[in-house]
Amino acid sequence: MSIRISQIEKTYGYQGRGRTRALEPIDLDIHDGELIGLLGPSGSGKTTLLRIVAGLEQADSGSIHFGDRDVTRVHVRDRRIGFVFQHYALFRHMSVFDNVAFGLTAMPRSQRPSSGEIRSRVMQLLEMVRLQDFAERFPAQLSGGQQQRVSLARALALKPDVLLLDEPFGALDAKVRQELRRWLRHLHEELHFTSLFVTHDQEEALELSDRVVVMSNGRIEQIATPDTLYRQPANRFVFEFLGDVNRIEGDIEKEVLTCGNARVAVPGIENGRQELLLRPHEVCLDEQPSTRAHLPVSVTAVVPVGAEVRLELEADWLGEPWLATISHADFERLAITRGKRLFAQPSRLHRFDTSRPQTLAPLSAS
Amino acid sequence: MIRIGDAPRVRRLLIGAALVLTALFLLLPLVAIFAQALMSGIDVYWQNLSDDYTLAAIGLTLLVAVITVPVNLVFGVFLAWLVTRFDFPGRRLLQTLIDIPFAVSPVVAGLVYLLLYGRNGWLGGWLDAHDIQIMFAWPGIVLVTLFVTCPFVARELIPLMQAQGSREEEAAVTLGASGWTIFRRVTLPNIRHALLYGVILTNARAVGEFGAVSVVAGAIRGETNTLPLQVEQLYQDYNTVGAFTSASLLALLALLTLAAKAALEWRAARRETAT
Repeated sequence: MSIRISQIEKTYGYQGRGRTRALEPIDLDIHDGELIGLLGPSGSGKTTLLRIVAGLEQADSGSIHFGDRDVTRVHVRDRRIGFVFQHYALFRHMSVFDNVAFGLTAMPRSQRPSSGEIRSRVMQLLEMVRLQDFAERFPAQLSGGQQQRVSLARALALKPDVLLLDEPFGALDAKVRQELRRWLRHLHEELHFTSLFVTHDQEEALELSDRVVVMSNGRIEQIATPDTLYRQPANRFVFEFLGDVNRIEGDIEKEVLTCGNARVAVPGIENGRQELLLRPHEVCLDEQPSTRAHLPVSVTAVVPVGAEVRLELEADWLGEPWLATISHADFERLAITRGKRLFAQPSRLHRFDTSRPQTLAPLSAS
Repeated sequence: MIRIGDAPRVRRLLIGAALVLTALFLLLPLVAIFAQALMSGIDVYWQNLSDDYTLAAIGLTLLVAVITVPVNLVFGVFLAWLVTRFDFPGRRLLQTLIDIPFAVSPVVAGLVYLLLYGRNGWLGGWLDAHDIQIMFAWPGIVLVTLFVTCPFVARELIPLMQAQGSREEEAAVTLGASGWTIFRRVTLPNIRHALLYGVILTNARAVGEFGAVSVVAGAIRGETNTLPLQVEQLYQDYNTVGAFTSASLLALLALLTLAAKAALEWRAARRETAT
């Protein structure tokens, strides 16, 4: 079932005092079977948008269509959605079985399946979330990850057209989160429901979504596939939100940026004061300056995490320290220790202060 | 870590003092009530108890409780639901208004009702013209008791429902449940302990209310005397044994109420540890 959101707008508070604009008019088209991530910092309006799609909140204006059906004025209970809450919102006084069965048993008597049918459907769902042995337990007796799986099974029990998830893995620890993410992706591929989920975790959004919607201050900043989003951010906000960012600011003369005793050649850039940005993995390190870049730095922290090594770099010409991620091979080759003095070589530089974002890739590796 | 009263001697002294004071101020009066009531033997006790006026007072007291408790139960749940589940202008004001019966002396409450519904009151003329008697009759007693006891249920529920939030209800509505189903299967089971506790408190107060009732009842023996009023009147008549007999009934009700409350708390605690 596709979802069409058009011109949805929302303001909180009463007339006058304390009014806040939660959503600028929003347009968003979600295709049938798509998994869409709403990504943004807290207060960006992503949860409000999700709740409006669910019908838990009313928009001030605009419309929402599920397929051809206009659901703008349709009550939540008739929208045929499944909703997964951040803190699970399981019925604490009901067993896992009763939680999952709730939607079926709450149907009007005339439509309600027989208790045998309910039983087999619930057990099938519990099997799907691998909790068939926990049917008689109460929510308080389950771990966070198990509770969230129950919550998912409960949301899927009525075969909703649309699955909505509000920070579904936000309250779980990193490892369980990883596992559930992979599992949800798998489930989505298998059952092919249309789903929309909210997250503030960029990694989660990039890993799970077919397309990511980046939001800030009640506006959509960019809608793109994870790949495009990372490579071609539409603006500075998206670029900064999607990962760590290093900054260099200086005066440019004849395609060379100078900042204190540091300088770097940036072909194709006009004269004047400029701020350039680059990602940690776009910082290469060497023992000698090159003809194109003379950026002396000293290493102030070394954190080996997983496949790469994270370094913190400081220098007089830098306002705030840079982060660099380099391979273990480079790390060993350069024999990096804390306090070591090196030279940075940007492999790519980004500029967002003009109307059109620009990626400048001026430098060969040496 | 050293706490105040950690030394064994100090601890024993403090515990001893607490026990003595409890016995002196709480237990002794209770024992005295029953001792006084049974002073002239069980036969006199029964005789006093089966006195027509006393029986009428018991009946009236029960009637007041039977009306007050359900009305305030519904009202309290409704109010708590409104205040914790919806955001509307004047919500805070409403929350403050709920506390008025707690803040105002019951006698004042009684006087206000007299002013409103009494013969010379604002509504008195109209009521009189339609031959409806509220003051100095059981409807007046019920009305002031409703007023005095109305915050108990709401006050018990509001903090709990605020803490629980509305997530479970939202989950239920996304699963297609109707409003009544949500209330019956999600809201009510979550608040039932607090609700019962509120009911117990409401009942205790409804049965025991003196001040407000004494203003609007007019003390007509056998007609508008509730048990607390009956106790006072018998005492004024120098019928000490009779007064204490009625008082012992009230005390017994109080003990039953406390026992019910303790049982509930015990069950709730056991549930907590079970999960």
